[in-house]
Amino acid sequence: MTALLETSDLTIRFGGLTAVDTFNLSIQEGELFGLIGPNGAGKTTVFNMLTGVYLPSEGTVHFREKLINGRNPVQVARMGISRTFQNIRLFDELSVLENAMTGAHQHSKLTIFDSLFRTPRHFREEQRQRDRAYELLEFMGLEDRAGLPAKQLPYGHRRKLEIARALATEPKLICLDEPAAGMNTGEKAELSALIRKIRDELNVTVLVIEHDMKLVMGICEKIQVLDYGKTIALGTPGEIQNDPKVIEAYLGGD
Amino acid sequence: MARLLGILVAAIAVTFGANWLLDSFVDEYVVRIINLCGISIILAVSLNVINGLCGQFSLGHAGFMAIGAYVSAYFTTTLRYFDEAATKYVAIEPMFASEWGFVPALLAGGLVAAAAGAVVGIPTLRLKGDYLAIATLGFGEIVTIMITNFEKVGGANGLPGLPPYSNTFWIFSFVVLVIMLSWTLQRSTFGRALIAIRENELAAEVMGIPASRLKVMAFIYGAFFAGVAGGLLGHLLQTISPATFNFMKSIEVVVMLVLGGLGSMTGAVVGAIVLTALPEALRDVESGLGLPGIRMVVYSLVLILLMIFRPQGIFGQKELSLKLLARLLPGKKGDK
Amino acid sequence: MLPLLDSGVTFEAILQQVANGVAKGSVYALIAVGYTMVYGVLQLINFAHGEVYMLGAYFSYYPAKWLGYLPEGSEKPKVPLLVIGGLFVGSMAACAAIGMLIERLAYRPLRNSSRLAALITAIGVSLLLQNGGQMLFGADPKGFPQFVEQESVNLGPVALANTKIVIIAVAAVMMTGLHLFVQKTKPGAAMRACSFDMRTARLMGINVDRTIALTFAMGSAMAAVGGVLVAMDQPRLTPLMGLLMGLKAFVAAVLGGIGSIPGAALGGLLLGVAESVVGTWSTTYSEAVAFVILILVLLVKPSGLLGKSGREKV
Ligand SMILES: Nc1ncnc2c1ncn2[C@@H]1O[C@H](COP(=O)(O)OP(=O)(O)OP(=O)(O)O)[C@@H](O)[C@H]1O
Ligand SMILES: [Mg+2]
Repeated sequence: MTALLETSDLTIRFGGLTAVDTFNLSIQEGELFGLIGPNGAGKTTVFNMLTGVYLPSEGTVHFREKLINGRNPVQVARMGISRTFQNIRLFDELSVLENAMTGAHQHSKLTIFDSLFRTPRHFREEQRQRDRAYELLEFMGLEDRAGLPAKQLPYGHRRKLEIARALATEPKLICLDEPAAGMNTGEKAELSALIRKIRDELNVTVLVIEHDMKLVMGICEKIQVLDYGKTIALGTPGEIQNDPKVIEAYLGGD
Repeated sequence: MARLLGILVAAIAVTFGANWLLDSFVDEYVVRIINLCGISIILAVSLNVINGLCGQFSLGHAGFMAIGAYVSAYFTTTLRYFDEAATKYVAIEPMFASEWGFVPALLAGGLVAAAAGAVVGIPTLRLKGDYLAIATLGFGEIVTIMITNFEKVGGANGLPGLPPYSNTFWIFSFVVLVIMLSWTLQRSTFGRALIAIRENELAAEVMGIPASRLKVMAFIYGAFFAGVAGGLLGHLLQTISPATFNFMKSIEVVVMLVLGGLGSMTGAVVGAIVLTALPEALRDVESGLGLPGIRMVVYSLVLILLMIFRPQGIFGQKELSLKLLARLLPGKKGDK
Repeated sequence: MLPLLDSGVTFEAILQQVANGVAKGSVYALIAVGYTMVYGVLQLINFAHGEVYMLGAYFSYYPAKWLGYLPEGSEKPKVPLLVIGGLFVGSMAACAAIGMLIERLAYRPLRNSSRLAALITAIGVSLLLQNGGQMLFGADPKGFPQFVEQESVNLGPVALANTKIVIIAVAAVMMTGLHLFVQKTKPGAAMRACSFDMRTARLMGINVDRTIALTFAMGSAMAAVGGVLVAMDQPRLTPLMGLLMGLKAFVAAVLGGIGSIPGAALGGLLLGVAESVVGTWSTTYSEAVAFVILILVLLVKPSGLLGKSGREKV
């Protein structure tokens, strides 16, 4: 079976700094995959290359056997990769529901004239987006807040809304960048369950960056460890926990 | 759609009645100010789609107006100019010589302006914020310089003799149209997408929203109505010149938006009315005080103070509605 | 439309225009540094900067008139160099004060709000100075006293007015002086630190407010020099003279690379020369040159010729 996502010798340099160095990643469909590493290891940069935000200096990314390098974020989104951001990027002035609806925009076949002149297609599409967005808010447990402006949402909920919005794009693969950052223990437990549900119920493959070891080890089936842009370990949570290089990287890092 | 059409027809009928009433019973000077307010509303509401909804700070609206004004005048007005080759004055009769040609001429002006909007929209794909502002300002200047060099339409001296086709009926028909279309645009998946681009362009793109295409679309939409407004203004003033559309005019429209609250369509309407009617009213005060020029000084001071103390404008990004009005009115809170 | 090359324009004529362009560009450079320094530190297009240049011209006009050197006199007055120097220094000081005042009153309260609000405020200040200027000075053009008799100086293949030679020389000295100040002195280092990273600069104990004020003061003083030079060369002062000049100087700053002082000099000279050369064929089209250059630079290399480019971190 070929992988859903496959990178080959992915490298990116910023001036003199090689932020990610000959990085190889292979994710199978339906996996729950963890990407970990100390601060500044290059994890977010990997996400940026997977989603068309940064152009790699060298190497390739293939998604469902199609080349991603050189495509822009819009094209990548339409191929079925979605993501959240480490530094939350919601549309603050839109409501919670509208934020989720923007994720569904790309699947609409409306023309601008349908909306300007309010054709029946316009109303059908609005209904479709609203229903889908509402379902996903329910899925993430945010339906009570649907009408609230996103900027008034408490921190933990903001991260969940980002996930709901990303899911509304109907992705095959969702990349979560530190989804538990800033959450308390209770919220983290809930989030773990949600991430599993995303994979099990929505059949979306999950790639997650997370610093909380308990959470990562608890949900991921496979974990890859980055340090200074290079892969230092790859394996099951059990293997990773006992890998001396990983322990060294985390202890030596700080 | 049927409801929309109903509202449109009703509104235009009202406009027609209002036009008749104003013409018959109201002072010409007042009618003129009302008409100027209408043109300002078209400008402000259309610019709001670019600057307010989509967050692309354009300072080039006057350029689109100029294009619309000159193109529509080209169809309705006799052009007289000095032919260098024949060394004599020649006249070109207008293509649309009757009032029936007015709307086609306006639409032609709007369409050419919209095409220019597409061209200007493309740089916005690479530029942000104040760089974009400066680039669009540069575009506006280039338009006026081109017109200055175009002797057939009068060059720097301007083009006189536009037929007086603009009236309250036509102006406010377009006011109704632009308000309705901007409203339906704003409240649709495209409106949300535009706001998403304004709020966080990268996140919007990662959600699959084609930011580049929508930004160009916003420019095309805004430019079309600016072009129509330019045509209406031209046929109201009856003489146009490149100076009518210099970059102060663009700034005026921006200030209308900012006063009302960038991103709020009703705010744009209120801003347009206030900033068109108020300076006219202040004209009397100015001559009364014997301080010519104080009007514009006050105008700029108000702008600065507004930015320092209430940068979100009168309405912020909210829309003026009866509900909001009720909340703003004192003593009405919590009445049962 | 545009008359083409076969319209009898000689190579000598173009060379002459290049020389005129250098003089014109020197003034752009003097004004452009103000934009570049302020943008470097605050990321603000100080729209009012062109008006500071206008004030610079008026601030030397009034004392010159008061001193009694009126243009109507049939005899050309003999003016000691010291007086002319005094006019420059006085205008520079006054403009520096105005620049700091604008920063303190209009821009500082907005330092933490959106850049759009700051930009609109800057436009407001610019309008205020234009309209205030029209009230105070009157809208009619003013003629500056002719201190020095304008004469043409032959420089090999080209001839240049003596006033234009003075413009080039003064601008070169001032620009070099400014560059050395920013590179070699302690306040200059503080300016560079602030434009590199304001927060870190503050943590390192730099007085950021004072450094910003100094940036405005120096930029405004340079604009004042430009104002006085132009007033002496082409005596036609109006309250709106700063508008187009300011826009073009900003274009020069963008062309050279915003934030870079040598860039402002280079951008100014290139723009001046380009305008003059195009002006050989059409003076109206030469007015469009700046804006065409602006749009091209922004599209092709937004960081300008000597600017540094950066990638936004996500
Ligand atoms: N646009 C950029 N320009 C220059 N350097 C960058 C850029 N983006 C990332 N870097 C650098 O690349 C390195 C990796 O950064 P990255 O954000 O990928 O780390 P990370 O593993 O996500 O860390 P953290 O756990 O702190 O989020 C860092 O040294 C960072 O400074
Ligand atoms: Mg990261």
